[in-house]
Amino acid sequence: MQTIDLTEVGLRETNKMLHAQAADTNQTVWEITNARGAHAIACGLDAPIEVTVKGSTGYYCGGMNQQATVNIDGSAGPGTGENIMSGKIVIEGDASQYLGATGHGGLIVVKGNASSRCGISMKGVNIVVQGNIGHMSAFMGQSGNLVVCGDAGDALGDSCYEARFFVRGTVKSLGADCEKKEMRPEHIEILTNLLKEAEIDADPADFTRYGSARNLYNFDVDNAAAY
Amino acid sequence: MTDAKIPTTTPRQSATFTADVNSDIRRAAATGIYDIRGGGAKRKVPSFDDLLFMGASISRYPLEGYREKCETNVTIGGLHAENPIELDIPITIAGMSFGALSGPAKEALGRGASAAGTSTTTGDGGMTPEERGHSNKLVYQYLPSRYGMNPDDLRKADAIEIVVGQGAKPGGGGMLLGQKISDRVAHMRNLPKGIDQRSACRHPDWTGPDDLEIKILELREITGWKVPIYVKVAGARPYFDTTLAIKAGADAVVLDGMQGGTAATQDVFIEHVGQPTLAIVRPAVQALQDLGMHRKVQLILSGGIRSGADVAKAMALGADAVAIGTAALIALGDNDPKYEAEYNELGTTAGAYDDWHEGRDPAGITTQDPELMKRFDPIEGGRRLKNYLKVMTLEAQTIARACGKNHLHNLEPEDLVALTMEAAAMARVPLAGTDWYPGKPGTGF
Ligand SMILES: Cc1cc2nc3c(=O)[nH]c(=O)nc-3n(C[C@H](O)[C@H](O)[C@H](O)COP(=O)(O)O)c2cc1C
Repeated sequence: MQTIDLTEVGLRETNKMLHAQAADTNQTVWEITNARGAHAIACGLDAPIEVTVKGSTGYYCGGMNQQATVNIDGSAGPGTGENIMSGKIVIEGDASQYLGATGHGGLIVVKGNASSRCGISMKGVNIVVQGNIGHMSAFMGQSGNLVVCGDAGDALGDSCYEARFFVRGTVKSLGADCEKKEMRPEHIEILTNLLKEAEIDADPADFTRYGSARNLYNFDVDNAAAY
Repeated sequence: MTDAKIPTTTPRQSATFTADVNSDIRRAAATGIYDIRGGGAKRKVPSFDDLLFMGASISRYPLEGYREKCETNVTIGGLHAENPIELDIPITIAGMSFGALSGPAKEALGRGASAAGTSTTTGDGGMTPEERGHSNKLVYQYLPSRYGMNPDDLRKADAIEIVVGQGAKPGGGGMLLGQKISDRVAHMRNLPKGIDQRSACRHPDWTGPDDLEIKILELREITGWKVPIYVKVAGARPYFDTTLAIKAGADAVVLDGMQGGTAATQDVFIEHVGQPTLAIVRPAVQALQDLGMHRKVQLILSGGIRSGADVAKAMALGADAVAIGTAALIALGDNDPKYEAEYNELGTTAGAYDDWHEGRDPAGITTQDPELMKRFDPIEGGRRLKNYLKVMTLEAQTIARACGKNHLHNLEPEDLVALTMEAAAMARVPLAGTDWYPGKPGTGF
């Protein structure tokens, strides 16, 4: 295992080392210590490596991730895993706003709670939150799955497209054009697999599915108030 | 007696309820939807046309055309980036979305810009292989929608432009109507075909100048501090926006006035929000100067730039370069009178056609219809754009030489006078025939 003391090595050199790892690197396990809430740690990775950040991180940790697994052994700041393409980000603590914003693929797991705008504009990413999520989550969500084992805040899935939301607890309110949906076998299957991948023990049968009512897909003046 | 006619008044049209206004009211009453269109503000606003160069005189001697050099090159992004952008001419191609424009139109922009030694820019919807392949220097737009955004394309870019706003719609998002969503556009944007695609007006993962600084840090880390990062803002509050962009760490500021084109937005937005291009240059330059960053952080001005005279005026007021959108489309063949009959069928006329969002462009440029697209030849289009860029450059050089300047960057406000009080106030150059402009320090006005 390679260990980097972030305070000593600095952000630029740390990310440079991680970016230098090729697909066939032998140095597949990395640990970053002394994170101290720094921004942009381990962003833009593109190799099958596993990076564990000890402590809490600032903005955009694991941003635009490809292939890599990033573990945050603490809480994560705003925009963690933004635009993730593939790979996995696991947050042991809580996640701040905009978790996984615009993510195109991959998996993000939060062991604690996630704040507002979780999964905003998601484009294929899967997000599994063990606790609760804040308001305006999955705003304009296009595709992918957002799984919430606790409760969801106000305006879940506002103006969403084809993203799916599975919530075990309560939803404070649904956003414009978001509605409760039937749980069909294929949804149970998706959820089962996601919970398994996230290593979270929960019964898929306890969840409710939400998604787009598709009433805002083409402009209609009678819906003007909802835009 | 009785046949004496009573004089009647001639029918008088209202200056308030003009034919245009009345047609807007009838359209709104019939449809219940605001008017969406492409292009920029059509109303007359104070512009570069209200400025004149004085040329040489006894106190200033001119340079000999074709003999004495007048350089035109510009370097953008040398402040923080390892690989700044080197351009032969200070006229760049503005970001225009794939989706709004066809693939061949994007290719033509790349061909023309590259042949003329300048850069082109992606737009909403992501990077296409056509434009990457045909553009020597390609600026990658990082937009609120993040449609098609991915780190592989990001790393292929020669510069990154974080789009905060557009002059045509400061504070507005975008809407690509369902009829223009082909399979390819839908796939790139990860959305179902045929539905309206709304582009958000705010970035999903940052708000405000402090966040912007961190966002710039992240983009630099991901691209290894190699490429310049521009910040594009609408001409709303140019002094503050330029100041905040510089403080956040931008290498260049792209400033877009209200005449600037858009692919599609509400007409009311285009005509009533934002400031004219003429009015935004000096406050932005002032911000650069106040921070000691003029010529270190580059200012790229856009919004209604049409000719070498506009280029020269923008540069004289302190811009480092300009960007063109609408003019480039016209050079490619948009709104050409040769399609007049077809424009008439669409209920419009050449020059006025602005329903680019409907995808029925007779010139085959702002469309995704395969049949219409075939009408447009990207090689010929590229050649036309190159010619046009060369002419603009020659025109700007002609003016600069007449003012005795051996580089376009040496043009200065002192070379200009204004034809109107408004233009004098906005450009902070004297009203023609006077040594005064409204707001001139020490004049008590
Ligand atoms: C068809 C079209 C599409 C555009 N798409 C974008 C876009 O995707 N992103 C953006 O920042 N600006 C976009 N713009 C605005 C241009 O980047 C630029 O600001 C504007 O065209 C400059 O003004 P001009 O058209 O008068 O030259 C678009 C403009 C046009 C005409």
